[in-house]
Amino acid sequence: MSSLPTTTQAFSARFTGVAIGLHWLIAVAIVGSFSVGLYMVDLPLSPQKLKLYSWHKWAGVTIFLFVMLRLVWRLSHRPPEMPAGMPAWQRKAAEATHVMLYLLMLAVPLSGWLMSSAKGFQTVWFGVLPLPDLLDKNKELGDLLQEVHELLNFGMAALVIAHLGAALKHHFIDRDDVLARMLPFLARTTGDIK
Amino acid sequence: MKYRLFGPAFAGALLSVAPAAHAIEFNQFQAGKSALSFVSKQMNVPVEGQFKSFRSKIAFDPAKPAAARAELEIDLASIDAGSKDANDEVAGKAWFNTKEFPVAKFIATSVKPLGSNRFELAGKMTIKGRTQDLTTPVTLRQEGNSASFEGSLVLKRADYALGEGMWADFGTVANEVQVKFRLVATAAAAATPTKK
Repeated sequence: MSSLPTTTQAFSARFTGVAIGLHWLIAVAIVGSFSVGLYMVDLPLSPQKLKLYSWHKWAGVTIFLFVMLRLVWRLSHRPPEMPAGMPAWQRKAAEATHVMLYLLMLAVPLSGWLMSSAKGFQTVWFGVLPLPDLLDKNKELGDLLQEVHELLNFGMAALVIAHLGAALKHHFIDRDDVLARMLPFLARTTGDIK
Repeated sequence: MKYRLFGPAFAGALLSVAPAAHAIEFNQFQAGKSALSFVSKQMNVPVEGQFKSFRSKIAFDPAKPAAARAELEIDLASIDAGSKDANDEVAGKAWFNTKEFPVAKFIATSVKPLGSNRFELAGKMTIKGRTQDLTTPVTLRQEGNSASFEGSLVLKRADYALGEGMWADFGTVANEVQVKFRLVATAAAAATPTKK
């Protein structure tokens, strides 16, 4: 999948091709559907709005499934070790951020699905596969779940910014391989970039 | 069943006005027991809605279905289209234009018995100033003094110019709208020996 490793050491220090692929696929999908979600919510009702809502919901279901796949992969494939010189608090922070991100990547689409059911709009994946409605239509609950969906999203956005900031800090300040090993086009483990 | 339930009354009626013994006419519309709902498809997602306010004039004698009369008037502003946004939208000009056309009206023109309490009801449906022929199967369920007429039909929104302009494309909101109705009418107290 990825280009040939120059040394075995470089190979073992990188994430697997599947992990890298899933990471970036999900990253792009999350940024995309987050933006669509922010944009669509205040639009006046129109066919375009209905389309955006459907696409947003299809994306959410798809992301959920890819995250499940990614979790299975993550649990069956040990990620590379963190850099040796990393302080304990940073390791803990990194660990916690990753756990929270995984939880939110599942909780955000779940809350959206439940919210849709409570608002009386079933989710029909790609317009073909209807997901069951676990909740009956209930306006108050729907409004509450919308708040929950929003809060989870802003929580996730904050974590993503922290995650991104940490990756850039590792790359440009610590000059270690933390970012490089998750990049598909950087096979080397050193921090230098052309 | 019928005889067991109606035995004594039936015998009494027989004595007084023999030919009219069957003539029970359901003509007292029961708004509280009736329902008018629909399912539209938005991006292939079924969305339920209903009308809360409608009136019907019914005169139906199971022994003489062909002589039945039925009218239905629907207050379009009483729609619940699934959300507040949708309710505001469908009141507007592109949809029902309820300011100019507050009421939809159906007038039955014929009733054909299909056997086993099923009928084919034909009539003229007028929505938003457009009148179309409409035919629907109806199932009669009779319980003593009360009759319920139930049926469902597919109505094409474009036939009535519902959803104009940006909504005209069926890709987002489908043309076909599934309509379900249940109209309940009771027989008036003195139904047996009335006219004709």
